[in-house]
Amino acid sequence: MIPAAFDYKRASSAAEAIALVGEYGDDAKFLAGGHSLLPLMKLRLAQPSVLVDIGRVSDLSYIRDAGDHIAIGALTRHMDVEKSPLLAQHNPLLAHAAGHVGDPQVRHRGTIGGSIAHADPASDLPATTLALGATYVVQGPGGTREIPASQFYRGFLESALSPDEMLTEIRVPKLGGAGWGFQKFNRRAQDWAIVGVAAWRSNGSSGVALVNMGSTPILATSVSSALASGASVAEAAELAVAEAEPQADLNASVEYRTHLARVLVRRALEAASGS
Amino acid sequence: MTVLDQPTGVIGTRRLRREDPALLTGEARYTNDLVIPGALHLALVRSPYAHARIRSVDVSRALTMPGVVAAYGGADLTALWAGPMPCAWPVTADMKNPTHHPVAVDKACYVGDAVAVVLATSDAAARDAVEAVSVDYEPLPAVTDLEDALSDRVVVHEDLGTNRSYTWDLKVGEDAVAAAFASAAYTVSERYVQQRLIPMAMEPRAVAAVPQPFGGDVTLYSATQVPHILKVMVALTLGIPEHQVRVVAPSVGGGFGSKLNVYAEELLCVALSRKHGVPVRWAEERTENTQATIHGRGQIQHIDLAADADGRLTAVRVRLLADMGAYLQLVTPGIPLLGAFLYAGVYDLPAAYDFSCTAVFTTMTPTDAYRGAGRPEATYAIERAMDALAKKMGVDPLELRKRNYIRADQFPYTAFSGLTYDSGDHLTAAELAARLVDYEGLRARQRTQNAPGSTKRLGVGISSYFEMCGLAPSRVLASLNYGAGGWEAATVRVLPTNKIQVVTGASPHGQGHETSWSMIVADRLGVSPDDVDVLHSDTAISPLGLDTYGSRSLVVGGVAITLACDKVIDKAKKIAAHQLECAEDDLEFAHGTFTVVGSPDRAMPLAAVAFEAFTAHNLPDGLEPNLEAHVTYDPPNFSWPFGTHMCVVEIDTETGQVDLLQYVAVDDCGNQINPLIVEGQVHGGVVQGIAQALFEEAVYDDDGNLRTTTLADYLVPSAADVPPITTAHTITPSPTNSLGVKGIGEAGTIGAAPAVMNAIVDALSGLGVHDLPMPASPQTVWAALQSARSTSGGVQ
Amino acid sequence: MMEGKGRSRGGPLEGGPTVQISVKVNGTEHVSDVEPRTLLVHYVREQLGLTGTNIGCDTSSCGACTLHVNGEAAKSCTMLAVQADGCSVSTIEGLASNGEMHPMQKAFMEQHGLQCGYCTPGMVMAAISLLEENPNPTEADVRLGLEGNLCRCTGYHNIVAAVMAAASA
Repeated sequence: MIPAAFDYKRASSAAEAIALVGEYGDDAKFLAGGHSLLPLMKLRLAQPSVLVDIGRVSDLSYIRDAGDHIAIGALTRHMDVEKSPLLAQHNPLLAHAAGHVGDPQVRHRGTIGGSIAHADPASDLPATTLALGATYVVQGPGGTREIPASQFYRGFLESALSPDEMLTEIRVPKLGGAGWGFQKFNRRAQDWAIVGVAAWRSNGSSGVALVNMGSTPILATSVSSALASGASVAEAAELAVAEAEPQADLNASVEYRTHLARVLVRRALEAASGS
Repeated sequence: MTVLDQPTGVIGTRRLRREDPALLTGEARYTNDLVIPGALHLALVRSPYAHARIRSVDVSRALTMPGVVAAYGGADLTALWAGPMPCAWPVTADMKNPTHHPVAVDKACYVGDAVAVVLATSDAAARDAVEAVSVDYEPLPAVTDLEDALSDRVVVHEDLGTNRSYTWDLKVGEDAVAAAFASAAYTVSERYVQQRLIPMAMEPRAVAAVPQPFGGDVTLYSATQVPHILKVMVALTLGIPEHQVRVVAPSVGGGFGSKLNVYAEELLCVALSRKHGVPVRWAEERTENTQATIHGRGQIQHIDLAADADGRLTAVRVRLLADMGAYLQLVTPGIPLLGAFLYAGVYDLPAAYDFSCTAVFTTMTPTDAYRGAGRPEATYAIERAMDALAKKMGVDPLELRKRNYIRADQFPYTAFSGLTYDSGDHLTAAELAARLVDYEGLRARQRTQNAPGSTKRLGVGISSYFEMCGLAPSRVLASLNYGAGGWEAATVRVLPTNKIQVVTGASPHGQGHETSWSMIVADRLGVSPDDVDVLHSDTAISPLGLDTYGSRSLVVGGVAITLACDKVIDKAKKIAAHQLECAEDDLEFAHGTFTVVGSPDRAMPLAAVAFEAFTAHNLPDGLEPNLEAHVTYDPPNFSWPFGTHMCVVEIDTETGQVDLLQYVAVDDCGNQINPLIVEGQVHGGVVQGIAQALFEEAVYDDDGNLRTTTLADYLVPSAADVPPITTAHTITPSPTNSLGVKGIGEAGTIGAAPAVMNAIVDALSGLGVHDLPMPASPQTVWAALQSARSTSGGVQ
Repeated sequence: MMEGKGRSRGGPLEGGPTVQISVKVNGTEHVSDVEPRTLLVHYVREQLGLTGTNIGCDTSSCGACTLHVNGEAAKSCTMLAVQADGCSVSTIEGLASNGEMHPMQKAFMEQHGLQCGYCTPGMVMAAISLLEENPNPTEADVRLGLEGNLCRCTGYHNIVAAVMAAASA
C-alpha cells in the first residue's frame, strides 16, 4: 500500500520537466494524474527513485480546434475529454471512450497523456487513438517530434518515448461524417476491458483497434482492408484477430477472447455503419 | 399468543437509525482510527508457499532496520501460548484437528500462513522490515483440489496421517431411502460446486492491544463480531486470567462471518503488548485480508432426489466434500453441519434422508462462517436439483415446488430430522413472488423471445428457501458437539429519571441493533426510543453475551431484552401496587403507566416508579431498591425464516453476458421490528448471493497461490453491476418467542444464488445447457453453450 | 481513551527528506511536512487526524477513500499528499455545518443508505460530486456514477434511492 521511497521534483513547464528527468536518467518517471503510475507503485511493481511531478504544467491542458485535427494537451483529464463540446462535435468516439476510463474519480485525475504514455494494451485511450490514426507530439531534450500512433506502441508498457521525453499533445482527426462504434466488454463497470474495440468508418475507409488483445493496442488492419475491398461487416469482423496476440488471464481464455473480439468488432462496425 | 401485548407506537415503523449520524459524519471510530500513543506496529511475515517446511527463520537483518523494536520467528513465541488456536466445534469425537498456533513453527500450510512477526514504531517500518526477514523454506507439493485432498496423495498435516478431518452423517430411515430410490418414478443426480468466496467486508481487520503492565489488565480493541467469545478464547489461549481481559469492538465495518473468529493477529497483539509492556496494533491491507482472513463456502456437493410420479419427493441423499483449508479456525468444521438439516428444503419429505459430509484439509486459507454458513450451500443444492427434476418431468418448476411445499396447515412441522419448523407458509410467499414478477407473463414472453435463432434469451429462476437461524438452543448445540451455548444476555435498567439503559450481549456491525433494541424497549416500557441507550460490544460494560452471527441477535438477544423488560414491569408493578395500595392483579400497565383497572385516576407512571425505586423510601418489604432486570435467554428452538425469490435474466448468447433484469425477494421473518432495517438486510444479502452466482470466486492456482488477492481481481460488484431489488414480505410470526420474530440477516444470501443460476439454466436449457458452474461469468456461459452445441450437433 | 483528533501516529513516515505542502482542508489551511511517498489518504487520516476517510483496498477499486480535491471526487489513496499542495480538499468531516448534516448525508439517513458505515464517507462524497456534475440523473446514471465505490452491506438499492432523493430535494 505504501510506495517505496523516492525523491520528488516539481516542474512548472515541459522543458523543466524534461531537464529534471534527463538529470536523473532511467530511474525517473513523470507524474501526471498518477492513476496509471501510483497503483503500480503502491504494489511496489514500480519503484522509481525520482518522480517529476508535471501535474502543475498549466499550459498542457487544452482541447483546441487546429483546423484539420483536434489538438489535445497531454495533461487534459479524462473527464474534460469526455465532456468536451469540441470533441462531441468533431470526434465523439474519443469523447465516448474517455468516458469509459475507470470511474468518475479516476476521470477527475487521470490524463490522456498519462494513459497513452503508460502504453497499457488494456487501456481504452491508446487503442482508441490508434484506431483514429492519431499523432502524438513528443518533446525531449533535442526538441519536438511527432510520432504516429501506429509506431508508438512497442511492447507491454513500452512505447517509443525515450525516458527523457514527454508526451505534450495528442492530435486526433476530425471524424467529419464518419460513423463510429466503441465496445468495452467487462464484467464490472469499473473494470478494464476484457476485450474492447474502437472503430470508425466512412465508406471504404475505417480504423479499428483492439483493447487487451496483445502486448500492445492492436490496429486491426486486416479488418479495414477487408472493408475497403467491399467485404461485409460480418466478413470483415472474422479477421478481427489477424494482428492480435490474445493472452489468457483470470477473465478470459485465448479462445474466448478471440471469439469476443470477432463479435465486438462486428458490433462496433455495425454501429459505425449506422446499423 | 405471539404478538405484543400492547398496541405499539414504534415497533413496525420505519424508524431512522440512530447509528447513522456518527457514521455519516466520520465521527464514528473504527479500530484503525483509534489514537493509541506509544503503540508499536505489528507486521507478519507470511509464507509465500502453500506448503513448506520451515527450516529456519533469520530476523537479524530485520532487527537492524529503522524503527524495528523486535522480530520473532514462530519458535521464539511458543512460550506465549497456553493453548492452541481455538476450534470451538469438534463435530465428531474422532475429528482430526491439527496443531495450530498463531505463528507456524515447523510448517507453513497455506500462502499467508504467518511464519514470523516484526514489531516497529510505524506500520511502514514494520512492513519494510518484513521484507528483510529471511526464511528458509523447503517447498512441498500443494493440495488445492478437494478430491485430490481426499486421496491423501499429499498429506497436509503428517501427524494426522490423513487429510480427512471428519465424516459426519445424518441418516434417517436408511431402508426408506434405499426403497425410495429403487422404486422412484423419477430420480435426479446432480453435482454442484460451492466455490470458495472471500467475505470482503469493506473494513479490513484491525487490532490494538493496550496492556497495563503493573495494573494487570489488558484491553483488546478488535474489529470483531465476537467480543465475548474472543475474550474467553484470549484468556484460554494465552493463559491470562479472564477477568483481566477486556475486549472492545469499536465501530466495525462489516463482518459477514469473517470477523466471527479468533485470529492470530489478535492473540499476537495481546501477547506481545504484555511482553513489551506497550500497546501493539495491527491493520490488515486488503491483499493480506484476502489471504489471512477466512474464506467462505468451498464444497463439492452430490445430491440425489427420488420422487414419485407426481414429482413428490420421497427421499434425499447428499454427499458433501467440504474444504476446511489448512487449519480449523473457530467454527470451520461445523459450517457444513449448519446446512446438513436443510437439504430437503421447504418440501414435505418423509423420514428418508441420507446426508454425509466428509471434510478435508487443503493448503489454502482456512474456511469458516460466511453469510449463511452452510445454509446457502444447502439451499443451492436442493433448489437447483428441484429445477433439474422439473426439467426431467417436463413440469413447470414452480408447479413442481407447489406440489412439494410443506403446507401452512402442517406447521408446526416436525421434520425427518426431529427438528420442528415453527411456522411458515411457503405457498403464499411463492405466489406473491410469482405475482410480483408476473410469472405467467414472463413464461409467455419467454416462449416468443427464446425462439430458435434468438441471441437474447430470457430465463426465470426460482428459489424457495428456508433456513434455521437464531443460533440456538444450547441443548441442540450440545448434541452437535458445539463448544458453546446459544443463549443471549440482556439487562434493562430504568435510571432514576426514567431513562433506560439496555445492555445487550449482541455485537452489531451494521445491523442497527441500537435502533431496533430501543424500539423494542420503547414499546414495552412506554418510553420514547430516544430515552433508551443501548450498550454493547465492550466486555467491561456488557460482560455477558454470545455476540452476533447466525441471524441470532433479534431472535435471541432481542427476545432476551423483551423478557428483561417484562421482569422490570413485574418489579415496577410491585412498587406501584404498594404505593397505590392495591393488589398487583388490579393493575394494568400500558403506555408507560400502571393504572388500577376501573379507576383511571389511580395511576402511577413508570417514571415515578423509577424514582421511587431509586430513593427506596417506600418500597414493599423485601424488595430491593433500583429498577433493573437481567435475563439470560436460551431459545427453545431455532427460528425458521423463509421465502421465495425469483430472478429474471437475459443472456446474450454471442458473448455469454448475463443481464439480471429483475430480482424479486419475498421473505418472511415473522414480525418485523423495523421494516427499513429488514429490507436493507435483504438487499445486502441478495446482492452477495447474486455476486456468488455471477461474479465472485477465490481462484487458486495449482501451486496454492491465490490469484484473486485484490478487489481488482476478486469481483465484488458495484451499484452499476446489480439491479434494484424488489422486496416484499409475508408475516408468519414465530410462535416460539414473544416478539414473534425470526432472523433475516442471512436470508437474502441464502435465497439468491440458486435463483440466479436457475434463471440462467432456464434461459439456456432450450439450447441443451443443463448446468453450469458458479460464477456464471460470460466465458463460463459461452463455454457451456459451445459444449452443448457440440454435443447436440448444433441444435439452435 | 482513544477518541482524540489531531496528530495521531506521528508525522512523516520513517526516514527520508520531507516536502512542505500547504493544503486547505475543510476550509482550514494546513502547512505540513510530508514524505513524498505519503498518500493523501494517509496524510488526511494520520497527520491531520481526520479518520472519517477510510481505506478499504490497495488497488484503487473500492472508493472508500473518496474525498473532494478542488470540488471534485478523487480517490485519495491514488494521490500523493504532495499532489494536493495548493489545493482545497474536502472530507466527510467538512460536510455538516452548525450541527446540520449536508442534504446528501440526510438523504442517506432517510433512505437507510448505510449499514456498517465504512464505505459511506466515500460513497457520500462520490454522490455529491455526481450530482454536481449531473443534477438530474436517472437511476442508471446514479448506478454508473457510483461504479467506483463498493459497498458490501447495502446491496446499493437504498444508496441509489438516497442519491435520487437528494437530487429531487
